[in-house]
Amino acid sequence: MTSAQILFYTFSFFLVASSLIMIFAKNAAKAVLFLVLAFFSVAGLWILLEAEFLAITLILVYVGAVMVLFLFVIKMLNIDKSTLRAKFAGYLPLGLIVAAIIVAEMTMVLGHEQFGLNIYPAPEKASADYSNITILALQLYTDYVYPFELAAVLLLIAIIAAIALVHRPEQNRKKQDISEQVSVRAKDRLRIVSIAKNNKEVNND
Amino acid sequence: MGFWNAITNFITQTIPWFDGILASIIIILIKAFALIIPLMLMVAYFTYAERKVIGYMQLRLGPNRVGPKGWLQPIADAVKLMFKEIIFPTKADVYLYLLAPVLAIAPAIAVWAVIPLDADLYIANLDVSLLYILAVGSIGVYGIILAGWASNSKYPLLGALRSASLLVSYEIVIGFALVTVVMIAGSVNLNAIVEAQKGSILHWYWIPLFPMMIIFFISALVETNRAPFDVVEGESEIVGGTHVEYSGMTFAVFFLAEYANMILMAILAVIMFFGGWHSPFEGVPYIGEFFSWVPGLVWVLAKATFFMFAYLWVRATFPRFRYDQIMRLSWKVFLPFTIAWIFVVALMTQLKIGPWF
Repeated sequence: MTSAQILFYTFSFFLVASSLIMIFAKNAAKAVLFLVLAFFSVAGLWILLEAEFLAITLILVYVGAVMVLFLFVIKMLNIDKSTLRAKFAGYLPLGLIVAAIIVAEMTMVLGHEQFGLNIYPAPEKASADYSNITILALQLYTDYVYPFELAAVLLLIAIIAAIALVHRPEQNRKKQDISEQVSVRAKDRLRIVSIAKNNKEVNND
Repeated sequence: MGFWNAITNFITQTIPWFDGILASIIIILIKAFALIIPLMLMVAYFTYAERKVIGYMQLRLGPNRVGPKGWLQPIADAVKLMFKEIIFPTKADVYLYLLAPVLAIAPAIAVWAVIPLDADLYIANLDVSLLYILAVGSIGVYGIILAGWASNSKYPLLGALRSASLLVSYEIVIGFALVTVVMIAGSVNLNAIVEAQKGSILHWYWIPLFPMMIIFFISALVETNRAPFDVVEGESEIVGGTHVEYSGMTFAVFFLAEYANMILMAILAVIMFFGGWHSPFEGVPYIGEFFSWVPGLVWVLAKATFFMFAYLWVRATFPRFRYDQIMRLSWKVFLPFTIAWIFVVALMTQLKIGPWF
């Protein structure tokens, strides 16, 4: 076995194993961590395919941001473990049927007849000065510029929709006026009063 | 890669059977240790420098008892931390509790693989090295989050919640600030970015990107949980944040990761905005040639020292920001400004202003 094959099988093993543990983990935080491991394995596989930009973007976006927010949410939730397992047996047959259909469909679509080596021969190894990111950028900003822009607009709509969902009208919003906070002076908050020394009006009871 | 090639050739010539994958793995390991051991020493003496500098700024002497002028203080601290007992809180998740410091230190060291300290002094010359730094650096947040979650304690959880939201917000700001550098240099390779700043001190990117440099420095303070943005620890509010339950070596590992990240951010600022290994006297007649024998590593470290000193200076000067003020600074001030500056840089690139484009 070459070193690339050893790496391929190592990453694949970790990918399959961590995905399975992710599904069967009882603890939601541990499930997220195994999903992170799965992402790392995928990134390793993509680097073996000489797609280093995609691999690093996967880690940057999914591991660095999305999964952090997942963990953030999981920590805030009080997950009752018994309800998670409650109807496991009831859903199992349906789940198995759906899984079997997905596996069958994927075998038919991605099988040897459609994507075998005789139809798509293995690509040649890129030379050392091959820059994945340059090629990708050229493709993305010339041939595929309109789909790219469309995807950007779609994401923008999603952001606006998310903000609109949680947006509160002006009257019942609690907000701080930072400029007012910063421009506070001592005389606004503090009153200095002079008290006479032998003040007989002071009530000493 | 002259220096490394010489070592590699020396090893392969003296040991004839030393070849193949095993040999390259061993050579990479040697390189890694040649980087990590000085880095750890730097971290140790950075803590000493911090205590001394802040001490003098506050009219104190700082540590001066262990060794001459206190020079052995960091060694004593390290020995003390190593021999302290590691305490596990009741009902803490032991595996995640121990995994958290590992997840903090591993990315903090792994990022150094692509940092070019001189024209031929690096471990890997990755084509996407800047993205690699951002990606691997963003994993460090897991250490803090897991520390807060696995400790099963109130204050660590609060600290972890604060840090998760802060780090994610400021990663976006750092990303946009560095986009301007990439736009001028035309590459995401750190070596190429430094090469693009060749010429003189006026060719460095601190002039066209001066606001970005300030924003990068402030965001780096947040990313490394340093004062005045150290709400994650916030000892006056939440005792010690994520580190409350950690003791002995597990705590020391978090400490090492924080300081390694600080040095990394300082060196990254040098690479991005201060011409990396290029001499500041480059292009100056007579003086430039006079200093040409100085290795690039010296310039990188000398420039980085300024930023490292600035970290301590800032810590001694400013009171802690309130949490919501830090968030406002990120989303409402820095992010719009960096995006606006991207358009300014795009305009400058089109009009070819100055020696940078």
